[in-house]
Amino acid sequence: MYRYDSIDRTLVHERVEQFRDQTRRFLAGELNEEEFKLLRLRNGLYLQRHAPMLRVAIPYGLLSSAQLRALGSIARRYDRGYGHFTTRQNIQYNWPKLEQVPDILEELAAVEMHAIQTSGNCIRNTTSDHLAGVTPHELEDPRPWCELIRQWSSFHPEFTYLPRKFKIAVTGAPQDRAASLVHDVGVHIVRGPDGEHGFEILVGGGLGRTPIIGKVIREFLPRRHLLSYLEAVLRVYNLEGRRDNLTKARIKILVRSLGLEEFRRRVEAEWELIRDGALDVNDTEVERIRGFFAPPPYRALEDIDPTAGGSPAFRAWYRHNTAAHKVPGHRVVYISLKKPGVAPGDASDAQMELIADLADRYSFGEVRVTHTQNLLLADVQQNEARELWGLLDAAGLATPNIGTLTDMICCPGLDFCSLANAGSIDVAKLINERFDDYDYLYDLGELDVKMSGCMNACGHHHVGHIGILGVDKGGEEWYQITIGGAAGADASLGAVIGPSVAKADVPETLARLLAVYVEQRLPDERFLDTVRRLGVKPFKERVYATPAAA
Amino acid sequence: MQRRLLRDRQIVVDDWGYTFEPGPVQGRILSMDEWLTEPTWSGTGNRLGVVLKPEHNVELLAPSLARFELIAAEFPGPGEGRGYSQGRVLRERYGFRGELRAVGYVRYDQIFFLARCGFNSFELPEGELAAAAKAFSTFSAEYQPANDLGLGSALDHR
Repeated sequence: MYRYDSIDRTLVHERVEQFRDQTRRFLAGELNEEEFKLLRLRNGLYLQRHAPMLRVAIPYGLLSSAQLRALGSIARRYDRGYGHFTTRQNIQYNWPKLEQVPDILEELAAVEMHAIQTSGNCIRNTTSDHLAGVTPHELEDPRPWCELIRQWSSFHPEFTYLPRKFKIAVTGAPQDRAASLVHDVGVHIVRGPDGEHGFEILVGGGLGRTPIIGKVIREFLPRRHLLSYLEAVLRVYNLEGRRDNLTKARIKILVRSLGLEEFRRRVEAEWELIRDGALDVNDTEVERIRGFFAPPPYRALEDIDPTAGGSPAFRAWYRHNTAAHKVPGHRVVYISLKKPGVAPGDASDAQMELIADLADRYSFGEVRVTHTQNLLLADVQQNEARELWGLLDAAGLATPNIGTLTDMICCPGLDFCSLANAGSIDVAKLINERFDDYDYLYDLGELDVKMSGCMNACGHHHVGHIGILGVDKGGEEWYQITIGGAAGADASLGAVIGPSVAKADVPETLARLLAVYVEQRLPDERFLDTVRRLGVKPFKERVYATPAAA
Repeated sequence: MQRRLLRDRQIVVDDWGYTFEPGPVQGRILSMDEWLTEPTWSGTGNRLGVVLKPEHNVELLAPSLARFELIAAEFPGPGEGRGYSQGRVLRERYGFRGELRAVGYVRYDQIFFLARCGFNSFELPEGELAAAAKAFSTFSAEYQPANDLGLGSALDHR
């Protein structure tokens, strides 16, 4: 993985010192709340319902074991012994003390981590495919490009006060595991007319109040232009994006109001004026960065079936929680953070430290964070999978539910977030209690359930096969259900099935939706495809035919 | 009381005045409207500056840039970011070499980034001037090419 050189190290340390001084000035009354807000947000610090929330970047989801150990240690010493992994490959601490945040940032810097630009109206953490570099069908590893974008966007002087936040995701495989179509900019590595690799660029995707699927602004961009093109997009957005209304300030609204063609014309005109300049991608630098992502020294092994003779529990785990690896004899291992009874995406300090140890023993000392709020060990030998499973299982980290209904994406909700209308963690708990039969879950197959506690859509409910949105109805928590959304390469927005339902009725509503699916599905048809084939009507009719409580 | 500001990293007494400020000065800073309605504006002395608001298109000024020795980009409130792009475009595209001044809501913590966008003068609250003079060394390196503060981008050092 990428390692800091003296320049990276210096910059991150100077940022810590800058924020230490800003915090001191705030506590001394030299900065008012409004002034400090603009500064602390750029360092991932929210002042929340109960306590500050600190969001730490995990660039493109990659962690060394030492970094994960540090995250665990910080969780224990500065927080209440856990952290929450998010859909954008960050980790959030919910209980740090404001005056200790500079110390936390200093400890992060010591392991080459930071909270720079993890919130605020600036370019956020660049995210990517959690299977980058190991998935069999990849065109090219996207992570060197993510790192290039990370550096270009960090402390970018021109784009520190954008109209609104700006999120970039990069993928290098045909499958989109980074939800790039619902990002402000999606960058896809593609093959160009002459066979060389370059980028397809999408703009204007996003969730929140106005969900929109991103549109292609450029079908093929030669690689050397990546940064100048991004700079042109950002400059047009910075100058022309709306600043009068927070809910209309994202680039998606600008693209929609100008129309894609006019927006493209403006970007291309700007780009013509700045291309072929100092931002031209430097091949030597790309190769330097690429060197950090060279494949680890895999052992020469044959593919085997490690489940032969294994227990049913191990076999279920292996089938659901591991995935194909491009190198024979190896396997990608998901570590489910979706154990029933635990808030989705949460990991304890001890779990983080254990996973760090397991990464050292079984996966070249690296861990990844997935968009779906799980962790994974990317390079596990198949012949060690059983041993690894035993250790994960003992720590409550082997729930065999990856890709199933209970592998829910879920925001922190009303329990922690000052924006939320409704709880999401407790709904996840109700769903887990209702759907505890693994044979049934496996029979349902691939099913993305995504839940947000408010329309800001941190839980990506619009692009869940089943989406659950918390709404406030006269001071009570209600839930609007959508079906038919998807976040991958065939991204689509879900359709609302009807009036929102009470919290206690969410599991029954899901059960009715799934009953229609089970009755109507064609062989091997996913829930999503059945919804796309049949439309919302039969699902809606079943859900509202009789009261849920009846 | 005379206004003091930060110019070229020094605290100096402002020798410019806006058209609404009486008294003798070295040069006058017009509003965009004043310039557009009477481009031959002579006023007090011949040195001219103009106020650029966030919503103004920099291209408006392009044909007459040679006429101005000062452009004052206005930052009406915290979080306003258009001036950063305007500054870079003025410096890098149109080659403006006069004084580029940040006015309005301008604080210590913006100075480093404004300077990298081409600003060389800053109207700050009097009490922040001394501290702000040190803001240029907030970071000792930079990741991306912009208006260089003499640091050289990371690439130059790798």
